[in-house]
Amino acid sequence: MFLSMNWIGDFVDLSGLDRKSLIRNFTLSTAEVEDIIERGADISGVVVAKILSVADHPESRKLHLLKVDRGGEVIDIVCGAPNVREGMKVALATVGGRIGEMEISPRKLAGYTSYGMCCSEAELGISDDHSGIVEVTEDVPLGTDIKAVWDIDDIIFEVDNKSLTNRPDLWSHYGMAREFATLTGRKLLAPDLYDTAKFDTLPPVAVDVKATDLVYRYSAIKVKNVTRKVSPMNMRIRLYYCGSRAINFLADLTNYVMMELGQPMHAFDNAKVDKIEVQTFQKGIKFATLDGVERNIDENMLMITSGDVPVAIAGVMGGDASKIDDDTTSLLLESATFDGVSVRKTTTRLGLRTDASQRYEKMLDPELCRVATERLLKLLMDNDGGAEVVSSFSDAYVKHYPTITLKFDKKYVDRYTGIDISEERIVTTLTSLGFKVEKTGDEFTVVVPSFRATKDVTIKADIIEEITRIYGYDNFEIFTAESPLLPVRKETLKSDEDRMKDLLVKSYRMHEVHSYIWSDLSKNRELGIETPDNVRIINAQTPDHAVLRVSMLPTLLSFLKDNRAYSDTFGIFEIGHTVDGKKENGECDEQNKLGAAFFSKSLSEEELFLRARDAVAELCTDILHRAPEFVSAEPDFDFEHPVNSFDVVIDGVKIGYLSVPHPTVLDNIDKKCAVSFFELYTERFAAVTAAAVKYSEPSKFPAIDIDVTFAADIGAIVFPEVERASRAAAGEILASVLLKDTYTGDGASTVTLRFSFVSRERTLTKQELTPATDAICASLAKLGLTVR
Amino acid sequence: MKARIEELRKSFASALAAATDGAALESLRVEYLGKKGHVAALMQGLRDVSDKREAGQLINTLKTEVENAISEANEALRAAAVAARVRAAKKYNPTLKGAEELGSYHPITLATREVEDVFISMGFTIENYDEIVDDYKCFEALNIPKHHPARDMQDTYYLDNGQLLKTHTSAAQNYIMKKYGAPLRAIFPGRCFRNESTDACHENTFFQMEGMMIDENISISNLIYFMKTMLSEVFNRDVKVRLRPGFFPFVEPGFELDINCEICGGEGCPSCKNSGWLELCPCGMIHPNVLREGGIDTEKYSGFAFGLGLTRLAMMKYGVKDIRDFNSGNLKALSQFKSI
Repeated sequence: MFLSMNWIGDFVDLSGLDRKSLIRNFTLSTAEVEDIIERGADISGVVVAKILSVADHPESRKLHLLKVDRGGEVIDIVCGAPNVREGMKVALATVGGRIGEMEISPRKLAGYTSYGMCCSEAELGISDDHSGIVEVTEDVPLGTDIKAVWDIDDIIFEVDNKSLTNRPDLWSHYGMAREFATLTGRKLLAPDLYDTAKFDTLPPVAVDVKATDLVYRYSAIKVKNVTRKVSPMNMRIRLYYCGSRAINFLADLTNYVMMELGQPMHAFDNAKVDKIEVQTFQKGIKFATLDGVERNIDENMLMITSGDVPVAIAGVMGGDASKIDDDTTSLLLESATFDGVSVRKTTTRLGLRTDASQRYEKMLDPELCRVATERLLKLLMDNDGGAEVVSSFSDAYVKHYPTITLKFDKKYVDRYTGIDISEERIVTTLTSLGFKVEKTGDEFTVVVPSFRATKDVTIKADIIEEITRIYGYDNFEIFTAESPLLPVRKETLKSDEDRMKDLLVKSYRMHEVHSYIWSDLSKNRELGIETPDNVRIINAQTPDHAVLRVSMLPTLLSFLKDNRAYSDTFGIFEIGHTVDGKKENGECDEQNKLGAAFFSKSLSEEELFLRARDAVAELCTDILHRAPEFVSAEPDFDFEHPVNSFDVVIDGVKIGYLSVPHPTVLDNIDKKCAVSFFELYTERFAAVTAAAVKYSEPSKFPAIDIDVTFAADIGAIVFPEVERASRAAAGEILASVLLKDTYTGDGASTVTLRFSFVSRERTLTKQELTPATDAICASLAKLGLTVR
Repeated sequence: MKARIEELRKSFASALAAATDGAALESLRVEYLGKKGHVAALMQGLRDVSDKREAGQLINTLKTEVENAISEANEALRAAAVAARVRAAKKYNPTLKGAEELGSYHPITLATREVEDVFISMGFTIENYDEIVDDYKCFEALNIPKHHPARDMQDTYYLDNGQLLKTHTSAAQNYIMKKYGAPLRAIFPGRCFRNESTDACHENTFFQMEGMMIDENISISNLIYFMKTMLSEVFNRDVKVRLRPGFFPFVEPGFELDINCEICGGEGCPSCKNSGWLELCPCGMIHPNVLREGGIDTEKYSGFAFGLGLTRLAMMKYGVKDIRDFNSGNLKALSQFKSI
């Protein structure tokens, strides 16, 4: 929204103050100013002059040779405007003056020198009209600076509409003037009004509000004998500077009052609209709005009708058939308050937002209706003396907002602000903003003004905002809180996930990535992965992104593919959320997960698989001090390999899985690469009881290693079983079992294990070790490992 | 005897000169000092000598001479060998590039940890919460009733089971209040979703950090203090902050917090749209309705809340121009974030 400082100046005297720094303060106390535009700063040396004579240019059909009186001096002007005429008063840019980028100097045009330039409105920056030069109709002496005639100089500032959503009162110059008055400590002046009470005896306009739930107030008044067609120049300039466009006098008046007081107005041609009903239609109809567009009106949209013929969409836009045009001389003026939510819904459904609807959405103050009417009439009568009011102010005030009274004491303000703002300051600020303040004992009683009471100020905390924003947050002394400081411990899940990231980045040199909570169906198709059905987003931007992800892996696999030129061997991981279907109560079963995937062009799939295995095992031993079990299992997903899929299990709970891709998926990633991956449920991981660090004193005696080679297939060995069986057979002198070597060839496979023995009491002898080793071998024979 | 000793001394000197390696020296040692060596033989011959004492001394002198000479020769050989190894050593080149590249953290992780560390040091807990919430958590509990214009600002992804993807981390406020009651101080980093088209400045998926502090007598003054302290730590400088009124239904009063632009030092530049200030963090005093929904006594307690755009913070900190890089999975971009 654009605001004019001149306009604001109508209601608060800001003379002697730097208006630009005032606007900056406004940002800190009220709403953000996005831009400050100095209008008229690039216009100088333009004076009122009179065309004494017009002669055709001998060599140009377009150009005219003028003699112009610029006030005591007659000069030659060459002018190309089509509307020049003798006796016309014009805005003349004189030599030495400036119009925008152009400095005015004597200039030859087709052989004749022009000592200045007659300006169009567009050249003066006061409208877009450059069809001809502007005529000065005001009665002023020749030579008068045009800026003394018209308010070309102005400071316009733009406020972000979003920052005003909660302040219906600020959608107007008058509301803004109140802020400036409060910020500067100056007096807010009341607008000049045209009293309508004297017409109470005239016949009323027939107003019938049928949809009483959607209307607060509907008022109407009739005026006849309006003859003026074009608005006064200063009114047009203000409208233009504030982003509007002059249409005709009556339409301009309604816009002007809306911008001035915030109340949208609508003028119907009284010849076409003589009575009013406010209602909704039982079923949908077509309706042509004044912008010439035919629109579909449904049964929820509030309409203004006249004899049940629709004439306007309430609060949004008038109809084409009843709009005022150049022949209009009598009007029916609407000033109403419609329900904001209803207007907003209508605009959303129609895809039509207007200056009026934007204001209604903010919940306008119904008290404004009469003030706005009287203000419009005042401006009308001042500029069109023959106009005549021919009805009473006809007012259907169907719903009132309750008066809001708030009570609080200084202690409350102190507690909330943390600083000491004086009682006097509290009273002055609130009073200046329009609140009625009374103090009884320690208690303030504040009555919220109607223009703030529609939804904006409802509780005590709202009063704090009024006091503090005017006080200025820059003026706050700041303090730390007095709350006791207590120890903070990270929750297990959070600290586990942090440590997982550290370990994978530092030890496995993996790269952390992020993706989306939905599956990417097109990428899954590319990889040959069928996206498992899951909870869906109903308003996704594309159907390919509508299904929520149930696993972290598909995205990671497609990232591997995207990055396959990045490096020979690399790994990536993501910690995030998935949705594992719905819970019994219908809500999403949201799970925290870690997904990780490895890629290599030089390592074998088995090597890469073991790297993934090592990573899982290390996560468990590092964070939980627990060793996971890897249990061969049916794959959960179609992108896993049917043979090489393993559940990761601790305490009988599956905390994840480890796998390599299905050959189809692998080929779709890259035909010449190896890939492995795992996924952990981090919440289940965090729920595992971590083992404490257990210290055992190192033996002072040497350990003795005995290597034994067995005929066995490495793929068939479940190592933890071998370990358990060996320990059971040899007793506590067996310190560790390691896989020393494997060999496959000549149709036979062998596995060499290294058994390490140690005692705490003595150096072990052959006599002790031989039976122990024999016992182990006998035990392992039962698991299919026979000594070679 | 004397003559024999002298003779051995001479022959040893010439044999030593001829011995050029360790093995020759060893056999020379055995020849002279071994059990059956010359020195031992001399000792045996001592029986037949009249002046045993003098002869014995002479033999011992010879023995010592031989021992020292062999030891010196050995040492010289070792020194020569070491010198030869030094001369032959390969010159290494530390300027060559390492073979294996380091891993990397996601920039959001780095930015988040930095902010978390500051808050942990000030006694805040770090919370974990869902990405999928219901209308109550995301809107109702935050004083955003149906049809409120605030819902216009947030284009929400709705799910077919009636839940939604949370549009802001404030959706965790109610959960955290009910979890701890008052007093509390907590931060909550999390992923948020808005249904909007993506471009270099807009993502439908991004990270925020919610912060809350609730206790008796928590004031606007405290809010400004904590914001200024946190941001000074995060940006590693004494940031200037300014508060402007801002409207958010879940706070009252609500603020937009700006920090002075580091790029131009507050003079005004394109980054700060010539204002000298960067809008960073909406915040405010928690609305009494929100406290009440969280089961907190509004007469006794007050609190502040803020929402920090972690994604925006990471963009500012690391100079990331295109927000889409974060979720791209592109390692050329993401692998650059190594340090912590």
